[in-house]
Amino acid sequence: MESRIRVLFLMLPLAALTLSGCAATKNLFGGGKESAPPPAELPQGQVIEPEVERREVKEPEIDTEDFEIGAFAGILSIEDFGSDFVYGLRIAYHVTEGFFVEGTVGQTEAGLTSFEILSGGAPLLSDDDRQYTYYNLNLGYNILPGEAFVGEGRAYNTGLYLIGGLGSTRFAGDDRFTVNFGAGYRFLLTDSVAMHLDFRDHLYDIDLLGEEKTTHNLEAHLGMTVFF
Amino acid sequence: MSERNITTTPSTSRSIKSALLTLLVALAQVISAGVAQAADEYKTVAVADPYLEMHTGPGRGYPIFHIVDRGETVEVLSQRTDWFLVRGPDGKEGWVDRAQMEQTLQPDGAITAFEEADQQDFTDSRWEAGLLAGDFGGANIISAYGGYSLNPHVSIEVWGSQILGNFSNGWMGSVNVVHETWPDWRISPFFTLGTGVINTSPKSTIVQGEDRTDQIAHAGAGFRIYATRRFVIRAEFKSYVVFTSRDDNEEVEEWKAGFAFFF
Repeated sequence: MESRIRVLFLMLPLAALTLSGCAATKNLFGGGKESAPPPAELPQGQVIEPEVERREVKEPEIDTEDFEIGAFAGILSIEDFGSDFVYGLRIAYHVTEGFFVEGTVGQTEAGLTSFEILSGGAPLLSDDDRQYTYYNLNLGYNILPGEAFVGEGRAYNTGLYLIGGLGSTRFAGDDRFTVNFGAGYRFLLTDSVAMHLDFRDHLYDIDLLGEEKTTHNLEAHLGMTVFF
Repeated sequence: MSERNITTTPSTSRSIKSALLTLLVALAQVISAGVAQAADEYKTVAVADPYLEMHTGPGRGYPIFHIVDRGETVEVLSQRTDWFLVRGPDGKEGWVDRAQMEQTLQPDGAITAFEEADQQDFTDSRWEAGLLAGDFGGANIISAYGGYSLNPHVSIEVWGSQILGNFSNGWMGSVNVVHETWPDWRISPFFTLGTGVINTSPKSTIVQGEDRTDQIAHAGAGFRIYATRRFVIRAEFKSYVVFTSRDDNEEVEEWKAGFAFFF
């Protein structure tokens, strides 16, 4: 009798174990929905938690596009030495919607003076000295911003700007202090790609042909720039 | 020998070509990945004012062509000076000025604030770069410099200059220590000391003379004036001593003005 009771007592935990085992397998096979913990419905007082999570979101930075870089090509007329193909690079930084600062470098090659052509004598300059390179640092102002309409359905942002500044020109074997000024027309194909048409006058003193004089060297070029 | 050359040359060029191709493909992948990443990473803000005005261009004169109503969100695509290119919920893109953008709300409900350099940054910023031009003992001088602030009062600057005179040209490089007594003033005076080298070469039309490189030392004073945003106007006087190889040292006075940016 006693042993039978003992067996019964032993059976009880065994049964409990089996049952719990069944429950575990039920959970394992996805049948135990009713025994899953209640969904995370937070009481009214605990709304702080999602706020903390939101603050962890890192805001993406705004892409600033104040710089403009590009290349240009056109014609530069060197006083006394004819006109030739000029090309160069341009970088600008837009400080405000009106003002910008700009740096340009350009290169061309001087032709022959009328005297050299007519006399047929010895050339005034060696080939190396005919290389004409310049750099300029300018301040610019967008004086007439506006829009241009192409056909009926297209509008493009444009701007007329004035520039002025100084730099150096290497020509005929020397570097010469150069002042330049001019005007340009900016035509924005998209919000960040622009076409430019520029007219500039480069002034410097030169004493190559006997006496020192100030020369005007006019440049017209077409350029393409990208804002970044 | 020549045969060997013929056989090796094309294979080398082919391997260079394939390497270039691989490089191009890798570059294209990097760029496309960058574009794809950038495409879904725009900052979004919600309109809190009755409406947000979109202009056709980044300037005051450009007309308003579209508005976004209160409560709607816009994506901020880019910024140019004080204008922001935004995309509205209907896909329309336009330019919004800073004053209106600062009335919008961020996703966490806070008012949108944009980092804008002010006079405090003028005092505290570490790096500065600028361009100046002026007169160097009768010649024209064009200078560029970069500076690093050790603290608001003391900074170290590296200068490079081109000197363009009537009789000679040259360049100059120097290192300065600059002391600002009142760096928190809008017009902040400074004193400077430095040393470097100067190279002078006579113009090609002048027969005599030779290239010279000499050591220099200088002392000077000037002003840094806070203009707007990251923009500084700077004017200064420096007195140079050129340690020539002749018996006498040369003394040169320099006056310059220009602008600088801090960042």
